[in-house]
Amino acid sequence: MNGPLSVATIVVALVLAAWFLLRAALNRAPGRAELIATAALGVLVAVLVVVAVIGLFGGSRPSETATFSGYLITTIAFAPVALYLARMEPTRWGNLILGVACLVLPVLVLRLEQIASVTTGA
Amino acid sequence: MPDSPTPGRTRPADSALNTGFGRVLLFVYGLGALSASSRGLVQVFTHFAEAPLAYVLSAFAGLVYLVATVGLAIGGERGRRIALVSCSIELVGVLVVGTLSIADAVAFPDDTVWSRYGSGYGYVPLLLPFVGLWWIWRHRPRDKA
Repeated sequence: MNGPLSVATIVVALVLAAWFLLRAALNRAPGRAELIATAALGVLVAVLVVVAVIGLFGGSRPSETATFSGYLITTIAFAPVALYLARMEPTRWGNLILGVACLVLPVLVLRLEQIASVTTGA
Repeated sequence: MPDSPTPGRTRPADSALNTGFGRVLLFVYGLGALSASSRGLVQVFTHFAEAPLAYVLSAFAGLVYLVATVGLAIGGERGRRIALVSCSIELVGVLVVGTLSIADAVAFPDDTVWSRYGSGYGYVPLLLPFVGLWWIWRHRPRDKA
């Protein structure tokens, strides 16, 4: 796993989470800026996942490769699914969906780091 | 410009199980379904013999979240009934398994989503059925007469 990229993803997700939750609390629907920000986060996450997948074929594999792959798929699908649901919900709750997604994403990235750190002794 | 709901745009309470806050619930339940069932499947298929009871419960919990997610997604009277039943099972499950995992740790050598009232998941599994049931109760069918 790429350390700096993970940290960047986590920080961006948490900053966005604070913003989305604030917007939800202010009873605002997600606007263009919010949707674009989520899409950008999705791109950042996709880069992180692609780097991790390349790592799977290069260096040492995590001992729980199946679990790791499952988490990778979940992680890359996360922002798009949240975006899709938030677009269907043009109310404050749309922002809450984005906020929840941005709170869960760091947990997923941390779990990925955790699983990746346990490698098979090759 | 604050977007306060105008009377004309207010939806009837019993037709909106899967919109508004319901859509947030749907997202969270979907997450629960995914994490509980994938955890259960990995446990059952890789080291089932270590803690069969815990692993079967993991998979069962995943199924319950999945059914609740479907109920919330369908909405309407049928979806509401499906969600009501699965959220009730979920509430009983998290309370019973949570209590057992503390009282009888030997039977639960490995964790499920409901172990120790879902402490491994920030107690979200304990809160979720209450929130879900509250939302379903709010959308109970009114007397049409």
